[in-house]
Amino acid sequence: MTDPSRPPPSRQPWRWAVIGLAVTALAAAFAYVAGWITPQRVTSHRIVDALQAGGIHPGFRRNHAKGVCVAGYFESNGAAAAYSKASVFASGRTPFVGRFALPGGNPYAPDSSVPIRSFALRFSLPNGEQWRTGMNSMPVFPVATPQAFYEQLVATRPDPATGKPDPKRAGAFFAAHPETGAFLAWVKTAKPSASYVTETYEALNAFYFVDAMGKRHPVRWKVTPEASDDAGTGPQAGDPDYLAHDLQQRLAQGPQRWHLRVTLGAPGDPTNDATKVWPADRHVIDAGTLVIESEQPQDSGPCRDVNYDPTILPSGIEISDDPLLPARSSAYADSYLRRTSEEAHVPGAAHATSPSEHP
Amino acid sequence: MNTTNAFHPLARALHWIMAVLVLAMLFIGVGMVSTVSGKHTWLLAIHKPLGAAIFVLALIRLAVRLRFPPPPLPADMPLLMQFVAHASHWVLYALMLTLPLVGWAMLSAGGYPISLGGSLHLPPLLAANGETFAWLREAHRYLAYLLFLTVLGHMGAALYHGLIRRDDVLPSMTFPRHSRPEPPRIVEPAPMPAEAEPTAIEPPSQE
Repeated sequence: MTDPSRPPPSRQPWRWAVIGLAVTALAAAFAYVAGWITPQRVTSHRIVDALQAGGIHPGFRRNHAKGVCVAGYFESNGAAAAYSKASVFASGRTPFVGRFALPGGNPYAPDSSVPIRSFALRFSLPNGEQWRTGMNSMPVFPVATPQAFYEQLVATRPDPATGKPDPKRAGAFFAAHPETGAFLAWVKTAKPSASYVTETYEALNAFYFVDAMGKRHPVRWKVTPEASDDAGTGPQAGDPDYLAHDLQQRLAQGPQRWHLRVTLGAPGDPTNDATKVWPADRHVIDAGTLVIESEQPQDSGPCRDVNYDPTILPSGIEISDDPLLPARSSAYADSYLRRTSEEAHVPGAAHATSPSEHP
Repeated sequence: MNTTNAFHPLARALHWIMAVLVLAMLFIGVGMVSTVSGKHTWLLAIHKPLGAAIFVLALIRLAVRLRFPPPPLPADMPLLMQFVAHASHWVLYALMLTLPLVGWAMLSAGGYPISLGGSLHLPPLLAANGETFAWLREAHRYLAYLLFLTVLGHMGAALYHGLIRRDDVLPSMTFPRHSRPEPPRIVEPAPMPAEAEPTAIEPPSQE
């Protein structure tokens, strides 16, 4: 080892320290970015943990767990094509796979337990493009940021003793978050509807349409039903699944229709705050008709393995600066991984032992 | 002068470009799945085209390596250390090629559009299937952790060569010592100045 061409191996401790420090620093940076050493930071994982605090239902979505698949098409009338170059807005049909659902993590919740219904869509555009959107039957979202949403989940987490949220903690949260006022005022008067088909569903978050010239237009969209309240059979007494039964009955009579209405924001309209509505006089485009032709059970239907991430958009639609959008994307991905891992029996995923896993 | 103790310049260029890209990719990957901030969206948007770029660069690099064999390891390295060095390199190559493919297959199985930016999309590799997605998603995660650990080991080993052994291994990938004459461990008796004090040295190892 006395080869004169190079020095002998060094035994100086600082050289070892440099190596150890370099490797440790890189590993620590990785752990930091992953959120492993910052337990107070809100991550997708912690949001989904909070969502499933009321109990894990293996194989089901962590939110909007109870639902039904639908399929149909969007018949564009071309009216929105001047604002967005997305092919879905050119005149013609685009097929979709959709899903009606109830908010919450319990797939067996009675349909009357919440006044909110949700409607999600995945449009399949040519050339592999997709447009996914998840909408809710309420005018505003309770909070504006992922941090506040997480705090709301924690504050309204069911008390293990009573199975209900602690009113003191929940009250303290809402008092500390005055932006929830618009939502609370709405929810006070809202009643669980008798049908998925008679509801209006709002995208809640703002987006941008991008036209052929590259100009960006702030938009919000919603779908409004053609069916009116009295057209259905209504909830049957004691039927906890009346929404799915109502949908079946209505589709047996014929396709169900909504209009896709796009509201154009004016300069100054907030795009980053889902707790605020835009003024009622904004220009609204009726972009076309959504037609639902069939429904399928969610455990075997084509919507089962669809993650309705609202940030999956075709060229011609972009997300806004609404901070809830990236958070929804991140949390939905985590929820999606959990439930598909449970279905696939990946070791470490929650054990799917419930006999009612796939009812 | 002797270029066999260094990697080919193209191999060195690819190594350092990919060192930056792969490390960035690992941090982007682990960051984008955890963050709920606005970074989530653009990290996700970078991740896919960057993965495709790393895959293509890894293929080019493999070809360069097969065309221009790397310099041999120092002969005085213990055999076990040599084995670990070679094995870790092949693990790095294997992961640089499989991780993008697993990612592509995983997005296909999840039914996601595989966007490389704008309206440029890759075709799906597999039919949509949630259970296949779950397995591939977990494989993608754990292979990425393995890649990160291998990169850490690789970096530690390079520093060990550079700081402790101080041999030709680190310069072979950085700045080869071209200017220096071949050390006198070549077999022929070096033309030495007559006055030179003959040093008692071990028989030089065969290079």
